[in-house]
Amino acid sequence: MSSPKTLFDKIWENHLVDVQDDGTCLLYIDRHLVHEVTSPQAFEGLKNAGRKVRRPDLTLAVPDHNVPTTDRTKVIENEEGRIQVETLQKNCKEFGVPLFDLQDIRQGVVHIIGPEQGFTLPGTTTVCGDSHTATHGAFGSLAFGIGTSEVEHVLATQTLLQSPLKNMRITVEGALPEACTAKDLVLALIGKIGTAGGTGYVIEFTGQAIRDLSMEGRMTVCNMTIEGGARAGLIAPDQTTYDYLMGRPMSPKAGAWEQAVEFWKTLPSDEGAVYDKEVTLDVSEIVPQVTWGTSPEDVAPITGNVPNPADFADPGKQDAAQASLDYMGLEAGMAMQDVIIDTVFIGSCTNGRIEDIRAAAEVAKGRKVADGVRALVVPGSGLVKEQAEEEGLDLILIESGFEWRDPGCSMCLAMNDDRLEPGQRCASTSNRNFKGRQGYGGRTHLVSPAMAAAAAVNGHLTDVRDL
Amino acid sequence: MDKFDKLTGVAAPMNMINIDTDMIIPKNFLKTIKRSGLGKNLFDEMRYDRDGNENPDFVLNKAAYRNSKIIVAGDNFGCGSSREHAPWALLDFGIRCVISTSFADIFYNNCFKNGILPIKVSKEDLDNLMDDAERGANATLSIDLEAQTIEGPDGGTVSFEIDAFKKHLLLNGLDDVGLTLQKEDKVNSYEEKQNASQPWLAGASA
Repeated sequence: MSSPKTLFDKIWENHLVDVQDDGTCLLYIDRHLVHEVTSPQAFEGLKNAGRKVRRPDLTLAVPDHNVPTTDRTKVIENEEGRIQVETLQKNCKEFGVPLFDLQDIRQGVVHIIGPEQGFTLPGTTTVCGDSHTATHGAFGSLAFGIGTSEVEHVLATQTLLQSPLKNMRITVEGALPEACTAKDLVLALIGKIGTAGGTGYVIEFTGQAIRDLSMEGRMTVCNMTIEGGARAGLIAPDQTTYDYLMGRPMSPKAGAWEQAVEFWKTLPSDEGAVYDKEVTLDVSEIVPQVTWGTSPEDVAPITGNVPNPADFADPGKQDAAQASLDYMGLEAGMAMQDVIIDTVFIGSCTNGRIEDIRAAAEVAKGRKVADGVRALVVPGSGLVKEQAEEEGLDLILIESGFEWRDPGCSMCLAMNDDRLEPGQRCASTSNRNFKGRQGYGGRTHLVSPAMAAAAAVNGHLTDVRDL
Repeated sequence: MDKFDKLTGVAAPMNMINIDTDMIIPKNFLKTIKRSGLGKNLFDEMRYDRDGNENPDFVLNKAAYRNSKIIVAGDNFGCGSSREHAPWALLDFGIRCVISTSFADIFYNNCFKNGILPIKVSKEDLDNLMDDAERGANATLSIDLEAQTIEGPDGGTVSFEIDAFKKHLLLNGLDDVGLTLQKEDKVNSYEEKQNASQPWLAGASA
């Protein structure tokens, strides 16, 4: 009998087309997602070389980064953004790549629509020219972000040249306390391992707290694996996964379904499989998490205070923390709950799914957005939006004073018109608090959807448990 | 893609950890459909004020460093977004080599597709190279990829490790799409095998 294997080992070995003498692997790619920002130069490369897309049927394109989240019937006013979207439309037509265009109800953030359609499946390899491709690892798909040159390589060959990654297992024990979500779990984790903690690894998440999460929650965790430095996060498929996938438009159809599930059941890591690194986190005592700085590792409990840079052991981290506080306009020692915000963003590939909208609406119900606060809710896809409207969540949110928008990446990275002005401060459900990420000079505090809604209601960072 | 064999040039010191790709090239410059022309916006938000005036304190705006070919930077360089616009912007400015203690994985791979050499060194070597770089235009570094060495202005040499295949691609300026297409038979047979074992995978989006 062969030696015990991890989930990652199994997927990797299943996808080897060729192994060179130096160990470089040619890996087959089952699923390729494409968006308008990182693909134009790749299609141009194909055109210049007279190449075609090898497997359009394994490729799915959608515009999301540049798209307006108000009135879809209007043209995109920003000329460059419009050209980028039009270029995607033209390239998809020319190369025969399926596209969910702006008017299509299935359009949305690329990492929301893959799972929603059943395009993302266990045991597959999934790539996209976008670092948050890690999201799809929630299904037990080896999913990672690639650069545009690699996008071109996948379009032309349906393969990628890769060196093997190392295995890390993060065991998350305990039951998440009340009002703590997958977002709080993953923020706490990044606070623990740091933004380079996972560099060179694929992280497999196991443990009771992970098993207890819905697919939406698992996607939130895997989505932010990249903020911990790992290109991919993985969660072994189980009944929760199968229940989510069954009947989705691109999932295996009846007949093939049983065969697929039987195969998927062979994927979880074998007993005794060896990991290069092990981390354990107990979440039974955590409280809702917020970030205070300009790196996702700058995490504090909402009950805590802004740290003092001098308290960090590493001189590099001391400098970085001081620069963060200067940029964020915060004083060491101030209570996190005293931080006044003027903007709230609920959405993104991290937290733009139906559960997230429900969590925000639950907090918003019967309450009002504080004076002077602009609060946006941007559903992750047209289908998420439709479902939320069927449940009446839009009305609750609008009644409370939230803006109810059309789907797209929006203020997660502010490539469309949804952005912060210099000095504005946002409680955001997105994934990155980098300087300028949500707009030049803008300040970002990463939180869960419920915490974002609570901040909207109170006008400052708020412990949602106190509402 | 241009070959990379030897490089001698001024190294700009950026003594910061976690320099992310949003810093290297902010999102407002991602709307391009070309690879070229991003150099003027490299590190845009650090390099210019809101009105587009140069920030005199930023390293690449200082006389000694305006023609830097190398960046020496703190831990975890290139973290965050996968945007290949980051190496495109570096290259367009004239940077062909970045030296750090560690790089984010996606950025690291993207460099090799664009003729940029990312070099990982120990903390001790980085500190020494940072000191060299602080000395400005009088202190150039010389990189020899074949020999896998960095030579400092005082003649001291640092060796570095690099994956053999990545080194081969850089030294010869090779297009890996072309190389992979030569393996089409292997891809064909893989697909046949997969169609038999996991027939539900094909035709998903068709």
